[in-house]
Amino acid sequence: MPDQAEKSLYQKHIPIVTRSVKGQFRTFKTAVMLLAYSVYFLLPWMPWARVSAASQAILFDLTTRRFFIFNLIVYPQDIFWLAMLLFIAAALLFFVTGLVGRAWCGYFCFQTLWSDMFIQIEHLIQGERPARLRLKNQNWNLEKILKIGASHALMILVSMWTAITFACYFSYAPTFVYHFFNGTGVAGGYFAVLVLTLLTYMAGGVAREQICLYACPYARFQSVMYEADTLAVTYDAKRGEGMKGRTIPIQGLKTQDERTLAGHGDCIDCGFCVQVCPTGIDIRNGLQYQCISCGLCIDACDNIMDSVGYPRGLIRYDSERNMASEVPEPPRVIWKRFKVIGYAVALLLMTGLLFYNIGTRSDTEVSVQQVRQPLYVMLSNGSLRNRYLIHIVNKTESDQIYTIDVDGISPRSLDMRFFKAVSIKAGKGLSVNASVNLSAEDASKVREFNFLITQASTQKVIKVETNFNSPREHD
Amino acid sequence: MSQDNKKVTVETTGHVWDDDLQELNNPLPRWWIWGFYITFGFALVYWLFYPAWPIGNTYTKGIPGLNNVTYVATKVDGTQETKTTHWNMRSKLMVEMNDLQAEQKPYVDKVASKSFEDVAKDPELMQFVNSAGKTLFATNCVPCHQAGGQGKVKFAPNLTDDYWQYGGTYENIQTTIVGGRHGVMPAFKTILNDAELTQVSNYVLSLSGEPHNADAAKLGDAIFHGDKAGCYACHGVDAKGNIAIGSANLTDKVWLWPDVLGAKTPEAKLNEVKTLIYGGMDKGVMPVWETRLKPEQIKLLTVYVHDSLGGGK
Ligand code: SF4
Ligand code: SF4
Repeated sequence: MPDQAEKSLYQKHIPIVTRSVKGQFRTFKTAVMLLAYSVYFLLPWMPWARVSAASQAILFDLTTRRFFIFNLIVYPQDIFWLAMLLFIAAALLFFVTGLVGRAWCGYFCFQTLWSDMFIQIEHLIQGERPARLRLKNQNWNLEKILKIGASHALMILVSMWTAITFACYFSYAPTFVYHFFNGTGVAGGYFAVLVLTLLTYMAGGVAREQICLYACPYARFQSVMYEADTLAVTYDAKRGEGMKGRTIPIQGLKTQDERTLAGHGDCIDCGFCVQVCPTGIDIRNGLQYQCISCGLCIDACDNIMDSVGYPRGLIRYDSERNMASEVPEPPRVIWKRFKVIGYAVALLLMTGLLFYNIGTRSDTEVSVQQVRQPLYVMLSNGSLRNRYLIHIVNKTESDQIYTIDVDGISPRSLDMRFFKAVSIKAGKGLSVNASVNLSAEDASKVREFNFLITQASTQKVIKVETNFNSPREHD
Repeated sequence: MSQDNKKVTVETTGHVWDDDLQELNNPLPRWWIWGFYITFGFALVYWLFYPAWPIGNTYTKGIPGLNNVTYVATKVDGTQETKTTHWNMRSKLMVEMNDLQAEQKPYVDKVASKSFEDVAKDPELMQFVNSAGKTLFATNCVPCHQAGGQGKVKFAPNLTDDYWQYGGTYENIQTTIVGGRHGVMPAFKTILNDAELTQVSNYVLSLSGEPHNADAAKLGDAIFHGDKAGCYACHGVDAKGNIAIGSANLTDKVWLWPDVLGAKTPEAKLNEVKTLIYGGMDKGVMPVWETRLKPEQIKLLTVYVHDSLGGGK
């Protein structure tokens, strides 16, 4: 066979059939999945009283370009919040990875959650690993068609509901679902659901670990965040292999003492850790890029150790440094490290900044753009005129009236034509022209002044500094 | 993978650098190879639908009728025709333009149906005028009046100030755009001698408070209002000009043809005015726009010039 393998241009994908396992990490993974799924699938159905949009707690309204998140309305101008959020996510990822390795991959990533879900569907319908392997290798018959067909049908159903839920975040959920199944939905909705269903099914149901191995960028760059003190899922080779390597517990090699005497380690080579691994690797070969750090092999090994009566922790979370030391200490999280503290500081700073920014955002956004062509105009009586474009965005949920004044120059020098007071619809913006005329004498003194935009209903004033240009000595 | 129970031997291409740096020769995953083959199939289908292979001066246009684009084009004479072609970037652009025009239409219609004042009072319409007017202005008016409408001395008037040779009301501006203008001033070289030219120029400068010789200006006053030169006939007895014929107001600070503000010394200022009176002026030509723009476009431009540029009366 090696000859053939050498000539083959491609590598056949061997589907990984995992054994189920019980244990603390499995319980944790299940808890995370339950929580994540409840949030994801139920959140779009949460009602929330709204004036100017559908009554939905989370609604990303693309047509009016407003994102409703509970009581917060996010406008396209707030795009830098997204940048901050992405930074926070990245810093959090670095921080956690530096401490405990690929925790994101093992417990929280969508790829892991949906793959896990689909593996459990297979388990439910086709049975435990041996039964699934038998089914896989047997010829096609009614049983195989029914069982494989049912598992995939169920996976596609879950994928579809995943897709529909996703779409519900962008549209009022009850009407979207009603129209979707009524056949009266918009084409874009059907298209989105189709594409997302296919993607979910392909990624979670078919490709599975291949996404982590070949497609995911995180998988590749997370390893650079590992340090010698980072906790990672590790096989204790010293203990497991002993002097003469691992071996199965035949007669005379059953108890720990017997094995130590004979020079064999604690690993009884049962292969459970390999069978439960969702990426199909053997953790006993050392830390590998395929390992998503899900901890299932720890559970598997702990169960075996319990059953043969050896202490737990042959496979455990431990650090490279500790493993290499002569007398390993009990593993613990070592956070007093330059990188970890650095990530934490960046994380706290940015989170604080984001909250500060959201907290202090005003209901009105004003920008004043000075007309630069021409910078100033001389009028027939010798006075000077500057022109401005004032853009006001009403970020409240009701129509508002704004009045425009100036501060630092005589109020009579402002000419707003008909727009001294303007009404702006909820969530909309408006640009109005403004002219400021100053006598040649005043113009020579004034370089800066302020526009004052007052929201009539609250009397809240926004001050915007701007310049007045006129020909100057050095010109 | 460990689950296939086979020993994995890593194959290399046999190339070694720096003693131990080797190039692995791992096979690609099968799904990846299939993805690669699918792109070939995609290319074949693409050729049936879209322009693809160049052949001499022409190219394959896909299967006729399979992927057509229909759009409305406006011909040179203003009439519209519907065209259908094979898919290409230009026709797609035309379709997009058609869509944009349709989107603009309600606003254009509103501008056309409302009075000037009502357009100027409607904040949303004014926003439309600001942007649509800017485009119209940029395509048609900018070569003379400059990008911001600020004009150019000795060439085209400033539209952003408050001085209007032909009047600055909506109606005045509209008339100007529709019919164009032609400003002329006769030459006085055969009528006035050099001394008289100097005197009348001093008088003109005195009207707007520019540096001048007061004695000469007094003599110039008489020439201005005298029948030999007859300046007052066009510029008015008060020298404030006449918007009916476009004669300039000589008492304000705005100068178009003689560059008095740009001239640094009193002599240079005098020279500017004198040269103009001596030689006259026949360059104030604004073309007729009625034949090039639609009435609603002229209306939009009128409001733009009046309100967006900010100098209207
Ligand atoms: S490798 Fe990528 S896709 Fe896989 S679990 Fe980690 S983050 Fe998710
Ligand atoms: S080796 Fe262990 S921790 Fe890593 S992916 Fe496999 S089962 Fe999970």
